[in-house]
Amino acid sequence: MTRKLPLLTEDNSPFWQGGAQGRLLIHHCADCTRFFHPPAPICPHCGSFEVAPRPVSGEGKVLSYTINHQAWRPDLTEPYVVAIVELAEQAGLRFVTNIVGLPAEAVHIDMPVRVRFEQHEDVWLPLFEKDA
Amino acid sequence: MFDRIFEKDVAITGVGQSAVGRPVARSGMRLTLDACLEAIADAGLTRADIDGVACWPGDNNNGDAFSPVGPNALIGTLGLQVNWYGGGYEGPGPLAGIINGAMAIASGLCRHVLVFRTITEASRRKVDKNASALTNKTIGRDSSFFWQWYTPFNVLSAINLMGLYTQRHFHEYGTTPEQLAQIALTCRTNAALNPKAIYRTPLSLDDYFASRMISTPLRMLDCDVHCDASTAIILSRADVARDGPNPPIRLEAIGAALHQPWSWDQIDLTATAARDVGEMMWARTDLKPKDVGSAQLYDGFSILTMIWLEALGLCPRGESGRFVEGGHRIARNGQLPINTNGGQLSGGRTHGLGYVHEACSQLWGRAGERQIAPHHVSVVAAGGGPLGGSVLLVRD
Ligand SMILES: [Zn+2]
Repeated sequence: MTRKLPLLTEDNSPFWQGGAQGRLLIHHCADCTRFFHPPAPICPHCGSFEVAPRPVSGEGKVLSYTINHQAWRPDLTEPYVVAIVELAEQAGLRFVTNIVGLPAEAVHIDMPVRVRFEQHEDVWLPLFEKDA
Repeated sequence: MFDRIFEKDVAITGVGQSAVGRPVARSGMRLTLDACLEAIADAGLTRADIDGVACWPGDNNNGDAFSPVGPNALIGTLGLQVNWYGGGYEGPGPLAGIINGAMAIASGLCRHVLVFRTITEASRRKVDKNASALTNKTIGRDSSFFWQWYTPFNVLSAINLMGLYTQRHFHEYGTTPEQLAQIALTCRTNAALNPKAIYRTPLSLDDYFASRMISTPLRMLDCDVHCDASTAIILSRADVARDGPNPPIRLEAIGAALHQPWSWDQIDLTATAARDVGEMMWARTDLKPKDVGSAQLYDGFSILTMIWLEALGLCPRGESGRFVEGGHRIARNGQLPINTNGGQLSGGRTHGLGYVHEACSQLWGRAGERQIAPHHVSVVAAGGGPLGGSVLLVRD
């Protein structure tokens, strides 16, 4: 499956490249001790600039999902699962991803998942698979 | 909470709409002129009276079919002399032109603002099947502040995001596919009485379930239908509005709030920006949801109509599925008729202002065969995800 890749920036490269070391890096605020996403130079919760990427467990659960059937590109012939995964570290901490490694019909809300990186050029996409 | 309700100084005095078709053999500019000249005449005005122009999203992409004509092009073409004009994508959704135009009048910049919205996606899709379906058109790496978080995962159309909202609604509230289908069915029933509607042949629940799955649980019939069309609305200062041929339709209250991140995935997935919009709108009026006689609710995707029903307090949160079930409550003769021209699902994706045009047509009793029972209050809401705006309209 081909991917349209993000333009890397100072803010987003930890998220997109942490997988090179097998780590999922999420921005964290030292002042209010909360994570936030998407990454930015300032904490949206408390306004602090004391923010930096920090590794998380890579564990989470499916908050919602959809099975895409439409071939938006000629190579997208097989159904694929788009999901929002909420990370174990903090309620509401979440992002859009794909669920891989099991039949699409087997995915369900609240399913426990674990990150699995897929490298494309200099980007390591954080995808998720079922956490056994 | 609010100490000045500026929109009460503003009224709708005229409406206009071009041919609506799939496609229409007219340029985007010609469609725009058809709609705008009809609206100006309907308000009893001439081009010389128009001193403001507002549009959402405006010509944001060099003639892209999603919005081929903006204020810049229209002003010179129509020979307008304006004191203020504005367009642009960033704002509270498809009603942003109405909201901005009202602000321009209330702040004393203008007396009569021409608000318009033109779309030529049907023509474009004759040569490019995916035109306007793909939300991100950038070449190479994605640098969009929000699409970069979706496109790497092959979220290439807004319907994937809508599928996420719908699945979550099903999960939290027990909403069923049969209930969701009712939005498409009701719109089709209404469209049968609208000579301009794109799809007018009857639709059954079996037809709905036979339609192609695009992104679960959303099917082709949950998506609005592309068309070529332009719609125009004339906003006038309330004191001069009384001089026109039509009874003024007052802007009783607007909603434009966003108290969450501008994001499709970081917001509340089943309330979205619509919740903030609804709370703001009702905080600006003494009227209540029970006073609403008709509702024109955005149906770019069917789930959004359900979300607006709840967000505007027209039914309790989480109850939209049970509220629309069977269709009797939202039918033309029901307690809350919705999308009386067929909405965008069957009427055509006029994208925002079509709802305002229909609300006014109903309030003025000019809706012809599809006219519903006389009423004085109508609510219009448009947008999805972080985009949302609403207007409460009153004909005294
Ligand atoms: Zn903080």
